[in-house]
Amino acid sequence: MDRRSGRSEGRRRNWRGAALAGGMGLLAACERGPQSALHPAGRNAEAILDLTLLLVAGGGVIFLFVMALAGYAVIARPERFPGSRAWIIGGGIVFPIVTLTALQVYEFAVARQLSDTGGVEPLRIEVTGYMWWWEVRYPDVGEGGEVLRTANRLVIPAGRPVEVVVTAADVIHSFWVPSLGGKMDMIPGHENRLVLVGERPGTYRGQCAEYCGAQHALMAFDMVVEPPDRFEDWLAAERRPAAEPDGPQQAAGRDAFLRSGCGSCHTVRGTPANGAAGPDLTHVGGRGALAAGTLPNTPEALAGWIAGSQHIKPENRMPSFPILGGDDLHAIAVWLESLK
Amino acid sequence: MTPPLDDAALPNRLPRPKEELETLKRAWKPTSGLGLLKEVNNNIIGVMYIGTALLFFVISGTLALVMRTQLAVPENDVLGHSLYNQFFTVHGTGMMFLFAVPIVEAIGVFLLPSMLAARDLPFPRLSAFAFWAYLFGGLAFFCSLIFEVAPDGGWFMYPPLTSMRFSPGINADFWLLGIGFIEISAIAGAIEIIVGILRTRPPGMTLDKIPVYCWSMLVMAGMIVFAFPAVIIATALLEIERAFDWPFFIAERGGDPLLWQHLFWFFGHPEVYIIFLPAAGLVSMMVPTLAQRPLVGHDWVVVALVGTGFFSFGLWVHHMFATGIPPLSLSFFSAASMAVSVPAGIQVFAWIATLGKGRLQWTVATWFLLGFLFIFVAGGLTGVMVAVIPFDWQAHDSYFVVAHLHYVLIGGMVFPVFAGLYHWWPTLKGTMLSERLGRWAFWMMFIGFNVAFFPMHVSGLMGMPRRVYTYPGDLGWNALNMVSTVGAFVMAFGILLVLIDMARDAFGRGRPAPENPWKAGTLEWIPNDDYATRSIPHVRSLYPLWDNPNLSREVQEGAHYLPGAPTRRRETIVTSPIEARPQYLMPMPGPHWSHFLAGLFTAAHFICLAVQLYWVSLVPGVLAIASVFWWVWSLDKGADHPPQDVGGGWRVPVYLQGSENHSWWGTAVLLLVDGTAFACLCFTYVFLWTVSPDVWPTGTDSLPGLGWLLGEAALWVVAAGAMLLASRAVAGNRSWAMRGLLLAGLLLMLAAAVAEPYNHIGSGLVASESAYGAIVYMLASWQVFHVVILVLMTGLALARSFAGRLHARRRVTFDNVMLVWLYTCGQGVVSLLLVHLFPRLAV
Repeated sequence: MDRRSGRSEGRRRNWRGAALAGGMGLLAACERGPQSALHPAGRNAEAILDLTLLLVAGGGVIFLFVMALAGYAVIARPERFPGSRAWIIGGGIVFPIVTLTALQVYEFAVARQLSDTGGVEPLRIEVTGYMWWWEVRYPDVGEGGEVLRTANRLVIPAGRPVEVVVTAADVIHSFWVPSLGGKMDMIPGHENRLVLVGERPGTYRGQCAEYCGAQHALMAFDMVVEPPDRFEDWLAAERRPAAEPDGPQQAAGRDAFLRSGCGSCHTVRGTPANGAAGPDLTHVGGRGALAAGTLPNTPEALAGWIAGSQHIKPENRMPSFPILGGDDLHAIAVWLESLK
Repeated sequence: MTPPLDDAALPNRLPRPKEELETLKRAWKPTSGLGLLKEVNNNIIGVMYIGTALLFFVISGTLALVMRTQLAVPENDVLGHSLYNQFFTVHGTGMMFLFAVPIVEAIGVFLLPSMLAARDLPFPRLSAFAFWAYLFGGLAFFCSLIFEVAPDGGWFMYPPLTSMRFSPGINADFWLLGIGFIEISAIAGAIEIIVGILRTRPPGMTLDKIPVYCWSMLVMAGMIVFAFPAVIIATALLEIERAFDWPFFIAERGGDPLLWQHLFWFFGHPEVYIIFLPAAGLVSMMVPTLAQRPLVGHDWVVVALVGTGFFSFGLWVHHMFATGIPPLSLSFFSAASMAVSVPAGIQVFAWIATLGKGRLQWTVATWFLLGFLFIFVAGGLTGVMVAVIPFDWQAHDSYFVVAHLHYVLIGGMVFPVFAGLYHWWPTLKGTMLSERLGRWAFWMMFIGFNVAFFPMHVSGLMGMPRRVYTYPGDLGWNALNMVSTVGAFVMAFGILLVLIDMARDAFGRGRPAPENPWKAGTLEWIPNDDYATRSIPHVRSLYPLWDNPNLSREVQEGAHYLPGAPTRRRETIVTSPIEARPQYLMPMPGPHWSHFLAGLFTAAHFICLAVQLYWVSLVPGVLAIASVFWWVWSLDKGADHPPQDVGGGWRVPVYLQGSENHSWWGTAVLLLVDGTAFACLCFTYVFLWTVSPDVWPTGTDSLPGLGWLLGEAALWVVAAGAMLLASRAVAGNRSWAMRGLLLAGLLLMLAAAVAEPYNHIGSGLVASESAYGAIVYMLASWQVFHVVILVLMTGLALARSFAGRLHARRRVTFDNVMLVWLYTCGQGVVSLLLVHLFPRLAV
């Protein structure tokens, strides 16, 4: 980005800030959240925010006008109130038809722009919604064409269009990262596509937007926008199987993990664990959060999750393992956390 | 000294004989004590109906307050996930199905007859039945919360979350059966309203003199006829999938979760206007009264109401913008969604212009109306926003939509209804609610509402999704949620004040109201009694009381039509649908136990089904049918009195059969409902085929031979012919020929209805194996269901024939059976053509 466009970018943001502060009084007080359509970090979210501001401003002007007219109608003497049926034809028919037609044209232009990949081959990522977590697959980047699997965290290169192909394994979910763009439903038996372009590197939060049962509220994920070179580094690291245990505690953790049958649901590449019912844990230690955005990613939280997942996120598909002793629990957590 | 009335120009001569009023009073004497359960008078049923709807409003609203308490701070634990999910489901379902639709119908039941100066609605027992069914069904639905088996799949009940696999408990069944059942009551109300508005208008009230509210109710009832069948079919399909594993919505076997969404929203969006239009109609009545001048642009407003009704059926996909439907289809629905703002705009400007051209009276209703205008215009504008597809991709299923829908529903419907409560309260028993309390209530509700719901626009855009029972504290949503919760309680306090005000009045603390306290111009302000107005006025304009200041007196002294009860029973004048000319004097059924028992047993039947007592459910089921038989047995009295003079030179019969009879109209409207339901099934067939053509048969080998098609179709055609011959036999009073033809026809229909599933079983089709099998057997079952109904109806006709209650001059029952019969035969043929020819032609 050269300096001039940087400055115009800055001006745009100032203008937007002013519009936000003025247009919706409450917004001025809003904190900058990692999950906000009002703080875009990508092309689509920016285009939609511009559209939003236009709608808010236009709607606001119309609202104030109608209210002022109604106020005047209430207080003015009947003979001073101008026109009667003309208001119905002008305000109720002509004005909305003209403005809404213009709005439609603009709307379709924006909608087309949102799915545009600019002639660039998009990075394809497949995301499947489960009750209540996200399986993430990179089909074209594994070595020798195999699929790279991870969970609850998408990493994308800044500036390159990403095509997210979404579906669901059980019930309907919806994929939504407000900072990057609109949502797309994940429906069993359907494959829906959503194009996103991340522009500002950072970690953004996504959350399921379609009610999907007991723990719909606790179904979040991270969407990490990385500069292209760091994305390649991440990809290289992610392709590698799990690291060998470093030291006896980690080795004990791995053994306890395998002994306790965790591998029947979870995969850890490089070990015999190859279950497919739950999230792939090959690089779980490198993720930002646990249990689909529910817990911080620390050994303590992880041990607590394994022992009491049904208490933390009732009805989720992972049973609690209170039978594991404190030592085993701690060792498993330490080992898993070492898998960056 | 009031001048004597110029009675030469009036329909009836004054003074009226003394005993005339006595007879009228005796005929309409209300029952007392336990007899209230037998009552059918719309004045009484209407008030109980409105009261019940308000009770369910308070219950659903209380759930909302508990939810707002849970969401006041992040990671709160007032409610766990399970209860929260039940609460929001019951809140949404309760508000939409048990408050909003019922209360607008209830207000119609109460207000329409007096606005039309009819003595009652045309089917008094039907509206009483609808009320009792609704009361029992609604109470059972809310009671499911107490046992923690309330539905928890959202008011929209999307499968597969609500399928057997993911919701194995009976929670979902409570929703499907409970709501499916209450929809029946809504449809009963709609039939009543349509026939009432078209056929029981006062003489002289031609189409151009119908009050706007009646137009809005007519459009609304018409929308119920075409919208509710979609959700009834959807709930039936899902319940059958749950009970018998027929995979309508299961993707692995060729079903599609989106099928539900199409059917649900094909109902669900018109539903919003079903709620809003009657409220808009109330506003269009109150604004002219409060401004003391006729509504500006009356004709435009009526066209806007009808237009909204049409447009509303082209909008349903805007609830599905994020489901991956191709952009071209989406843009059509986006355009339609914006277009619907035109009729809304017409009405808003008509109201404003009327306010501007009139001198406003400041009453509590005025405040609620101005509050309505503020909130509804804001909600309408956010409605345009969410109609913009890219914006909706962000806003959809976020708190922005929660804000929008409460702005349009509370603004568009609750505020006008509360305005209406204060406005029409004096028509109830001549007392007025407190202006002081009302004003306080308004300000609490108005401020509380905006404080509660405005911040949700922002929290939604800041990424807060709907239907979450908790949220993390670091996303910037905390302050907004706290403010919303505070606002919700302020608003609830305002509503509480209204309840207190009504309670004060009920305990005799209300002020006595003068006659026509707001100086309105329409007929409901003529003083009335259990028998409605003393006589039925001749209407010459849109605001008869303004144009003829003597009208109220003329009516009260009995100078207009039907000043008494000439056949000494409850009756009202049926008029022609367009010109409103008197046609006949309809006898109206009085208090009775049958419809009450029918409502009770129908509710019991569905509750038994919901708690899976399938065999036990047969007992109340049979009892409900028996009650209906008892109910209709005494109707269709024939011409048991000579033609009567109702005034104005009109001597009209007391019985008219054929297509001018009001119950023929009722049956015809019911068949529109039925036909729409069948169309939804046909849509389901074609939709599932477009989604999963792979589960459809590829060759003719797996299909029953064409001989089956021809044979079964011939059976339906011959059965129809038998009915037409039977009809001629009735006309010729050849009773035995008629009975024989009916029985033969029934046997033919039974054979056709059984042959269809039989030959599919023969060709090896299994309903639970694929969506194709499921819909083929569903269509066959639909036909069987109709034949079962016809067996019952024909049985009734035969019984009446044997009892001497059915002959050439008393054949309304027969004509109704004939309508249903011929429809069923036609439906059978169409169904066969679809099932047998479509796979041969399309694959």
